[in-house]
This record gives sequence, C-alpha cells and structure tokens, in this order.
Amino acid sequence: MNASAPSAGSAAARGVGPPLWLLLELTYRCPLHCVFCYNPTDFATTAAELPTAEWLRVLREARALGAVQLGLSGGEPLAREDLEEIAAEAHRLGFYINLITSGVGLSEARITALKSAGVDHIQLSFQDSTREMNDFLSSTRTFDLKAKVAELIRAHGYPMVLNVVLHRYNIDHVAEILAMAERMGAQYVELANTQYYGWAWLNRDALLPSRAQLRRAEEVTRAFRERVGERMKIYFVVPDYFETRPKPCMSGLGSVFLALTPDGTALPCHAARMLPGLSLPNVRAMSVREIWYDSQAFNRFRGQGWMKEPCVSCPERDKDFGGCRCQAYLLTGDADNADPVCDLSPHHHLVTAAVARAEAAVHSGGPAREHVLRFRDHRTSIALLPGVPPGHGSG
Amino acid sequence: MSGVDGRLKPAIAHGMRLQWEEAQAAHVLLYPEGMVKLNGTAGAILSRCDGVRCLDEIVAELERTYGASGLAADVNAFVTYALEKQWLELRP
Repeated sequence: MNASAPSAGSAAARGVGPPLWLLLELTYRCPLHCVFCYNPTDFATTAAELPTAEWLRVLREARALGAVQLGLSGGEPLAREDLEEIAAEAHRLGFYINLITSGVGLSEARITALKSAGVDHIQLSFQDSTREMNDFLSSTRTFDLKAKVAELIRAHGYPMVLNVVLHRYNIDHVAEILAMAERMGAQYVELANTQYYGWAWLNRDALLPSRAQLRRAEEVTRAFRERVGERMKIYFVVPDYFETRPKPCMSGLGSVFLALTPDGTALPCHAARMLPGLSLPNVRAMSVREIWYDSQAFNRFRGQGWMKEPCVSCPERDKDFGGCRCQAYLLTGDADNADPVCDLSPHHHLVTAAVARAEAAVHSGGPAREHVLRFRDHRTSIALLPGVPPGHGSG
Repeated sequence: MSGVDGRLKPAIAHGMRLQWEEAQAAHVLLYPEGMVKLNGTAGAILSRCDGVRCLDEIVAELERTYGASGLAADVNAFVTYALEKQWLELRP
C-alpha cells in the first residue's frame, strides 16, 4: 500500500478513513414520479449522464481507495442499458453490490444478466400495501408489476429486501404493509419515514404525519417484530422531526460516504448539492482520490472546526456530529448551525411548528391531497426553477 | 458440552459475504446495505467456515495454526454468537 501513501498535511494523513460506502446515482431518469423523492427538484437541469467508461473508471479508483459497499441507484438505475456492464466490473473489483430499484424494467432477462454480473442484493421499493395508494403516490400503475418483480427477485435466490417510505398517507397502513412483506417472504423490510429533502421537502407540509399516527405505526411494528422474530428484520427509520436529538448524518460528512450524481458531481451526502459555499468536484475533472481527500467540498464539514454553539461545546457532538447539514441549511438558512431537530438548537421551534401544522392538518382532514402534492417529473422540475413564470413548464 | 455440535459444518450464511479488505486491514462481513469489520480472532474463525470443514476440524486447525490448545469452548461460543447474528448457517 506504499504507493498510495498520503502526503503529509492531506486529509488522509490526518486520519480520514476510506470512502467505504459509494453510491452511484446512475441516472435521474425514472418511470415513477414519487412525491417523497429526495432527488433535487432541479434534476431536469443536470448535465449529460456519464458514459459507461467513466463509471468503470470511478469504480476502479474508488475500490483502490477502499470503497466496498456499492449502491447502484438513481432515478431508476434500470434505465441505464449498461447497468449489467457496470455491475460486472464492480463485482470483479470486489464490491458488494446493492441495486436500489423501483422494479420497473426488471424483466426475467435482465435479472438473469444482473445475477450473473454479480449483483449481491436487490432492494425493491413499494409505495404502499394497496394498489390504489401505491399507484397514486408514484403517479403510475406499477403495483402489480412490483409484486411480480418481488417474485422474480425471490426466484433468483436473492434475499428479499423491501423498502417502503412512510408518510401521512400510508403510515396508517403499516400493519398491511408488513403483512404484504410477510406474504412475499421478505427477510428485510425498511420502513423509512420520509426524510425531508428534494421533492419531499417541497411536499413536507402535506407528508408529515401526526404524532399519534407515528406512535400507532411504532406499536404495530413492535407487535409484528415480536411475532415474527428473526425471520424478518424490520428497520424502522425514525422520522427525525419527532425527535429531540439529531441523527448522526452520514457519520459526519466526509467520513465514510461518497455519492456521485448522474453527471459525475461528487457529494458528501445525497442532498449536499443544495449547500451554499461548497465547490462540488466532478469526476470528469478530478480523480476520486483527490475528490475524497483534497477537495474543498469533502473537507468543509470534516472534524468540528465548522461547528457553532450549541454544538461546539456540546458533550454529544462526537455522537451526532451536529446532525444534518442540509436540514440545518433548509430550516435555518445556515449550514453551520445545529440541526434544528435538536431541542438544544435555538431554531428547534421551526421543527415543532411544522409538526404542529401537520397535527392540525391531519385532525381537520386537511385539503385534498391532489391539490397539495407535487409529483417528481421533468416538467414540474423545470417549472420550479427560479425565474420560470407560473404556467410554464407545468401541465 | 452445550453449544454447536462439532460434527456440523458452519458456512457463511446465504446473502452474506466474507472478504479481506486491505484498506481496513481486516476481514469484513458484507450484507444488504451493511458491513461488520471483524477483529483478528473473528476473522480467523469465520474465514475457515466454508461449509466443507466441520467445527471440530476448524478448532483443530486453529490450535495448530496458533500453537494453542483448549480453544474449543471459545470457538464454539463465537460460532454460537455468529449463528444468532445470522452470519453463519450450519450444514450437515
């Protein structure tokens, strides 16, 4: 390993570990239009997708640094016709490959090819346990197709991993969702409460559940766990708006996680493109090594030098790293602030106010969902750009 | 003695992968969206769990390799733990 010894003064020399987790968002193309998607709302303006050869180079460079867990995601990664080629190279290099998919486009032929390419696991998303809600939330008719894909995944000997994003409109169906997962023979189920970035942020006030909804869902999950035991592992990802301490987002930015967007932009977390003052590097112009160890964007939030009060003197700063930088920016306008989910943050009232609005909306029945939700699609993405007059791009 | 029958053959569980990671100077266990970095002892045991060698053979081999004796109870305890964690499965 001497050939790759870090130079004195570099991030590597200061004890920064390798980017163990590499996420490739291969494309923003997606047949679904989910209201809770974390992709940026301006995805339609992203430059051309990287060609196959560039993705293969990225894989080789990242693996040489020590990356080992690989996420192939999007958008819908199956929209890339070279997915099998990318997976095969990743497998040859020794990555553990997680394919994160809506299932749309996963035919018998493609799953056979992906299996022989070496994809280790396929995570299939469902929007709900009912056809009506699944199809409404994704603005597609995909429920029956997903159920067929789940069968395909199992038939090909993969561990069955289901992911369902929870929010106001499906959190009351957790019992039915878990029953569906059990029928499908799922070994892992992620009940991931919506994290409010991208499209989900745009739709936040329509998606946040009430506290009573959340407690019921947790109770249902607890009882279900008790019944099925180790047969099915359920990850209940807490909705952090209801917490009083922030999540240790990415174990701190620049610690283990490296994401690449379809055009090759490198991000220290999925949502970091929104953060002001980051000069985001691109793999077209820089090696993965330079990006990870030397770029401004990946060093900006390393360590604790950037922290403000109350984080900087907080005994819990080594545990939660001040929470999520993107959430701090979205809610307070300053990415160096404490994540306002923390009740020690002077901005915590912004979170409790959002929750209070959600409570009121749920209790009153709220406006019809069709009128408040904005679906992730190309035209809406364009229409949301600053300076685009209302009526242009949408419709 | 309680614990795992020494004639059974432990193997890395379906859907899990064990590999040596140079960058971490350790064996790691990889599974859907997760990774466990193993210490030296755990790596030495799990890397011998290939579904071919039985537990008694693995213990004997570890004792030879490390010039030690009386490892059976410790290895058995770790294998029991790894079975609970679903890192390993047993084959007849």
